[in-house]
Amino acid sequence: MAKQLHIFLENRPGRLEAVTQALYDSKVNIIAFTIQDRGDFGLMKLMVNKPEQAYLALADKGYACALKDVVFISVPDKPGNLSRLATLLLKNKINIIDAHGFVLDPAKVGICCLELDEKDMKKIRKILAKGKFRVLDEKELYEI
Amino acid sequence: MEIKYWNKEFETLDKQSLKKLQLARLKETVSHALRTPFYKARLKKAGINGPEDIKTLDDLKKIPFTTKDDLRECYPNGLLSVPLDEVVRIHTSSGTTGTPTVIYHTGEDIDHWTDLVARSITATGAGKSDVFQNMMSYGMFTGGLGLHYGAERVGMTVIPIGGGNTKRQIQLMRDFKTTVLHLTPSYMLHIHSKIGECGFSVKSLNLKKAYLGAEPYSENTRGKVEDLFGIDVYNSYGLSEMNGPGVAFECVHKCGMHTWEDAYILEINDPKTREDLGAEKEGEIVFTTLTRKATPLLRYRTRDLAFVHKGECKCKRAHRRLSRLTGRTDDMLIVNGVNVYPSQIEEVIMRIPQVGNNYQIYLEKEGTLDKLIVKVEIYSKMFGGDLGEIEALKEKVKIELRAAIVINAAIELHEPGVLPVFEGKAKRVVDTRQKL
Repeated sequence: MAKQLHIFLENRPGRLEAVTQALYDSKVNIIAFTIQDRGDFGLMKLMVNKPEQAYLALADKGYACALKDVVFISVPDKPGNLSRLATLLLKNKINIIDAHGFVLDPAKVGICCLELDEKDMKKIRKILAKGKFRVLDEKELYEI
Repeated sequence: MEIKYWNKEFETLDKQSLKKLQLARLKETVSHALRTPFYKARLKKAGINGPEDIKTLDDLKKIPFTTKDDLRECYPNGLLSVPLDEVVRIHTSSGTTGTPTVIYHTGEDIDHWTDLVARSITATGAGKSDVFQNMMSYGMFTGGLGLHYGAERVGMTVIPIGGGNTKRQIQLMRDFKTTVLHLTPSYMLHIHSKIGECGFSVKSLNLKKAYLGAEPYSENTRGKVEDLFGIDVYNSYGLSEMNGPGVAFECVHKCGMHTWEDAYILEINDPKTREDLGAEKEGEIVFTTLTRKATPLLRYRTRDLAFVHKGECKCKRAHRRLSRLTGRTDDMLIVNGVNVYPSQIEEVIMRIPQVGNNYQIYLEKEGTLDKLIVKVEIYSKMFGGDLGEIEALKEKVKIELRAAIVINAAIELHEPGVLPVFEGKAKRVVDTRQKL
């Protein structure tokens, strides 16, 4: 499965700066990110071009971080497609733990990054193929 | 001023008779203590094989001190000196680490304790026509039950509400025209700030007296509470090892707490040299129980610092007067009247693998009440990357701490490496509270 980098951060000035600087120093490129805020702290989730390298760089600096399994899905940037994806997963009883997305090429390509409770990639690919959604592997995604 | 006595004979014994009584009771206490393996071994080593080896009160000095660690090591029944059949109640309290300490009471022990509390209440001028609202916690904490039974014995109308629920407290004070309160000084000040919110005024209440204890406070705070409420405030001192409240209490003259010396031998000791200190010299309070059969304690080091006032009280009680507590010889914290040791908090943190070894304890005031904040670090090697996991961890630390110290702490999670590094000298406790 593709990997997303999760980092525990305190909610105070300078934390985002420190993390991004550390990633820049280790020549990691950030493709997308999201932060879940919980008051005193937050969880930052990053799609990066070199997840392992990014993880090692941050872990080495002492950050509480982890690589999590995710699925990158190419979703055509047209009305109704996210809904279609959600319906497909519902029909197959797959729960979405967390999700974020962004438009890569307006009116053409959107990317959904999903954390699912189903970890069997073969099964996931099969289900998504039925809905004509394309699962991107990491290399593909980072080279877009 | 009218002086009321509960037990005039014992309260007004002259010094000589009091000493004679103490000696007789000390002998009895020693013979009870010798029934426990702990004291048997310890007293034998000190050359005391029976009560006959105690000839004068000075022989007390031959007896080694008993410490909180001794109580922990004797847990659960190493200091029980009567058959369990004779025990009617136990009170445990938190030890300095995970192991609690326990005090057993026979029916007679509870009866003695109750009588001392009744005596204390009477000394403040209160009596059967008073309505007594007991706002100290019930249960294992001795503050609640101790005053409760004493107040009933005096014949007061007792409202056993226990701690917390401020609005209900104020409502009951008004509805039942409460005249006497028993609570911590910080909670008393908190109550004052809430009376207006309940739509009442202090004047609409019928309060006359408050017994404030379980937390150190100053003469200024007494004055402040007396002015705010228009009442008399009496200082109270007790500790679970010496039953609980009713060890020392102020009389109507409010000039130090009469220590009931027919029930306890009081020594003030230099914490370093162990030398016996005279009046007006600050030292560690050391107590010997004189009337407790189930768990006699000899020369128990309380770790509380105070001194004895010079001279005699106008109330004619020979029992010496103890000052306000001036400090502790250890690092015990008092949070809203509850005793907490940093080591207890540390022990909880150390057994939760998902948090690091570094921690910090913050104490703040939230209004007039204490707030305990425990700061811990996420342990990076155990971090799984889920938000749910982080929140569950926070809850786990909170619940385990509550189980250990009986206090709801606010938990703050930090990134690894943010808190002071775990070394002997790191400042683990930051107390920003202003002294009451």
